[in-house]
This record gives sequence, C-alpha cells and structure tokens, in this order.
Amino acid sequence: MIEIEGLAFKYPNGVLALDDVNLKIGEGEFLALMGENGAGKTTLIKHFNGLLKPTAGVVRVDGLDTRHLSVASLSRKVGLVFQNPDHQFFCETVREEISFGLLNFGYPRHMIEKRVNQVLRMLDLERYSESSPFALSGGEKKRVALASVLAWNPKYLVLDEPTIGQDALQKERLRNFIIQLITQGKCVVVVSHDVEFVAECKPRVVVLSKGRIIADGPAHKILSSEEVVGRGSLIMPQIAELMKLLKKHGFPAEVIDVYTACMEIQKRMSRGP
Amino acid sequence: MSMSMFEGFKFTRLNTPMHRMDPRAKFLMVIVFFTAAVIFSNIIVLLSALAVQIPLTFLGKAAHRWASSIRSASILASLIFLMNFITGSPLTFSIAMAVRFLVLVSSFSLFFMTTSPDDLGLALERLGIPYTICFTFTMAVRLVPTMAVDAQRVIDAQKSRGLELEKGNILKRVRNYIPILIPLIVNAVRRSVEMAEALESRGFTSTKRREPMKVLTLNRIDYLAIVFSLASMILLIYIRLYVSIPTFDIPYRIKLF
Repeated sequence: MIEIEGLAFKYPNGVLALDDVNLKIGEGEFLALMGENGAGKTTLIKHFNGLLKPTAGVVRVDGLDTRHLSVASLSRKVGLVFQNPDHQFFCETVREEISFGLLNFGYPRHMIEKRVNQVLRMLDLERYSESSPFALSGGEKKRVALASVLAWNPKYLVLDEPTIGQDALQKERLRNFIIQLITQGKCVVVVSHDVEFVAECKPRVVVLSKGRIIADGPAHKILSSEEVVGRGSLIMPQIAELMKLLKKHGFPAEVIDVYTACMEIQKRMSRGP
Repeated sequence: MSMSMFEGFKFTRLNTPMHRMDPRAKFLMVIVFFTAAVIFSNIIVLLSALAVQIPLTFLGKAAHRWASSIRSASILASLIFLMNFITGSPLTFSIAMAVRFLVLVSSFSLFFMTTSPDDLGLALERLGIPYTICFTFTMAVRLVPTMAVDAQRVIDAQKSRGLELEKGNILKRVRNYIPILIPLIVNAVRRSVEMAEALESRGFTSTKRREPMKVLTLNRIDYLAIVFSLASMILLIYIRLYVSIPTFDIPYRIKLF
C-alpha cells in the first residue's frame, strides 16, 4: 500500500506544489490522477519512488518511509514511466534500452534475457528488439518506455500521461493491457488529462487542483459531477454529457461509458415509447 | 548534479536600476571586472573586485541568486586552489587564483541575471554584429534554463530506472553520466532542427534589413556608468603598471617535486 499523510511539497523557488494531501492506494487498485496543468499531479507521483521527498507529512510505500530510502531501492517496487520517452533513451537497440533497469538492479544475465523477451512479447515489440529506439514512432517509443520499466515487474506501476501521442487503436490496446495488469494483482496509477480514456477504464479517480485533492471516488461518480468537473478544469466525457441532456427522459445521471449507456438505451427501447 | 548553478545566470524580469541599465553600459562594467580579475593576481585587489559587486547584486534584487551561483562556483574554485597549491604555488597566490575565478563568475552572473536575452541581442545588433549571429546568441542564452529543466527530467527518468549516479569509483561515476548526456544531446539537436524549420516557416531571414521594435537609448545613468567604467579601467591599468600595492603574503608552500 502507498500511504500519503498530510503531504506538502514546496519547490526551492518557493512554489507550494502540494498542500495537505492525504491518500491511500491499495494493492491491485487502479487509480487515475486528474486535474488541470500545474495541479501537482507529476509532483505527487514523484513522491511515490522518492524522487522528491516531502517538505511536510509522510509518504510510505509498503510501510516504509520514503525519506529514508534511495530512489533506486524504491523504484524496484514503484515503476515510474515518464511522459516523454525521449528523456530516457540512450541505447543503440530497444533490447538494451529495456535491459538497463534490470542491469542496474543487478539481475543475472539469463534472467535479464528472459524478462526482456517477455515484455517485448507483452507489448508487441518483438520485431523492434534490434532497432534503434530513436528510430521508432511516437506510439512505439511510449511502449518501449513502458516496457523498460515493466521489465523488472514492479508492484506499483505509475504512468504519466500514457495516452499522449497514441492513436485510438493504441489507446484501446493500452486500456486492455492495464486491465490485464490489474487482474494480475498489480497496482496501476495513471496520470491523465484524457477524460474519454479514463471514462472507458472506470478506475477510482482522484482530482487534484492547486495542490490539493478536491475529489476522490469511483469514475462514474466523479466524472459525471458538474461541480467536480468544473473545479478540476476537466470536461465531462461525451457519454456523461449525453446522459445529462437525456435526464428529463429518465436516464440515470452517473453513466460515463459507452457500454453502460448502450444498456440503458436498450432497456428503454425494448419497453417501447 | 546541481541545477542551482543555472539559477545564478537566469534572467528574471524585475524593475530595478540594474535591470533598467543599458546592456552596453552593463557589459562595459563586466569588462572592467574581467580586466581587473585578469591583470591582477594581488589578493587584496581581487577580493575588493568581488566585494564591489555585492552592493550591485542588492541593487538588482539578485543577491540571493548571486550567492547561490557563488556557492556552486566555489566547488570549482576550491579545485583551482588545490591544483595551484599542490603544484607548489604559495598559499596566498593559490587563494588569489580561486578568488579570480569567483570574480569572473560573479560578474557574468550579475550581467545575465539582470539583462534580458532580447536586450542583449539588440545590444549586439547595435554593435554591428549580423542579425543571424545575434539571434543565435540570444537563442542559446534563452535555451539554458530550458536545457536545465530537460536535464532534471532526464535525471529523474534514469534514476527511476535504478541509475545511481554516486555509485562506484571515479571511472564508473563518469560512465554513470552517459545515460544522462545522450538523451540531452539528442534532444538538443532535435530541438534545434525543429526550431530552424519553425523559423524558416515564419519567414526568418527573408529580408536583409530589419527594423528593431525597440530602440536602445542611453540615459544619464548609463552615461554615468560608462564614464565611471572607463575611468576605472584606465585607473586599474595605471595602477597595474606604475603603482606597487601592498599585499600580505603567506609564503607557505608545499614542495612535492
């Protein structure tokens, strides 16, 4: 479990990026962190693996206070995948790029080989294993970055804006992939602006605004609430918008995904006008 | 790797007498400090050259950031001291060499903290340097903070993949920086190509003659600064050539060879 108690963080330039954040993220949980630019989402996730240490309050990963642990030791548990893959590629081949973390953590040779092949297969990257990571397309790079963290099988996986630069098909694949990881018992935290993506995933949603948590609850409750969506500078998913307009015809308000909406419509159609 | 070094060279838009001063006048001041630092190895002169700058940093509301750049530069300065001292230079002289470096860093830090890259570009243009060169220079200065942010991001990403920069012997530690430097260089090259394309798309260099939006004018304070700087410069050179100034000397030195 990742426990955050009374977390505040002030950057050296005096900006208070997080203020009294309290959050518990359980094992096997799927959580989306949302909120406007500069709300403190990235600052918050950097506390999970100790890249940033709290100015006040405590962050504990599996009961261990992050203030006393190195980034390297925390990263074994908490895998952070950053937004821009170009900020981490430096190897000649995709295979080497994915091996980097495993080498740092001191895995033996044969294990590295095995793990790398496994994630290459998982993320449909086998045919690029000997290509240069710099020569890949935006979406492929994102997948290599994800693979390079997934390789050491961290218990908690944190993805910063994973849908940026991905086409619709890749987003769908990513969604299925995340759900697969959740069913395997992994905890996944996604930082995203993409309401449509989050609406289809239906995770627990935490909304940050100006460094504070303003809402925390299941996606269908949070993303269909006009008040929360407004305060968090988000927009409602299209389905929620549609359901809101159809409210006077007796449609339920808290529907945000296509599948549930379809069920509701069918229910009324079979009843006849 | 500390990014605080860059803080002391970053321009912040403020309205202080130092910020309002014409970049040419200010640059002349830097040259005076530079000359003082280079022609003298007398510790008293060098320390005074450093001390004179302190009120100026307060005038530019930059004392705090100036202090941070001096702090970062001190690491290199101590290295300079050590190199001089262990190769057999006297103690005082070795300290003076370290102070000389601090004077240079300090004057440039003061200049860059209080001069906007735009004004700097305009000043270069007024000095007759071709526009493309001025523009490149302005752009380079402007990109320093961006590069610093980039560097921090790369460091964060690699540390999250288990990279430990402070691990291993000297050779290993140098090698640890490869995963940081390669993404940084690749990104810088890519950014410059993108920037060039964007500039060309917006008609950069399509005309030979450009009319600046803002014309730099020297006011009374600028003239005062210029006259004062020139006078100091002449005085400094005169003192260096004809006046012997007292200094205290601790002739202690270590003999290795």
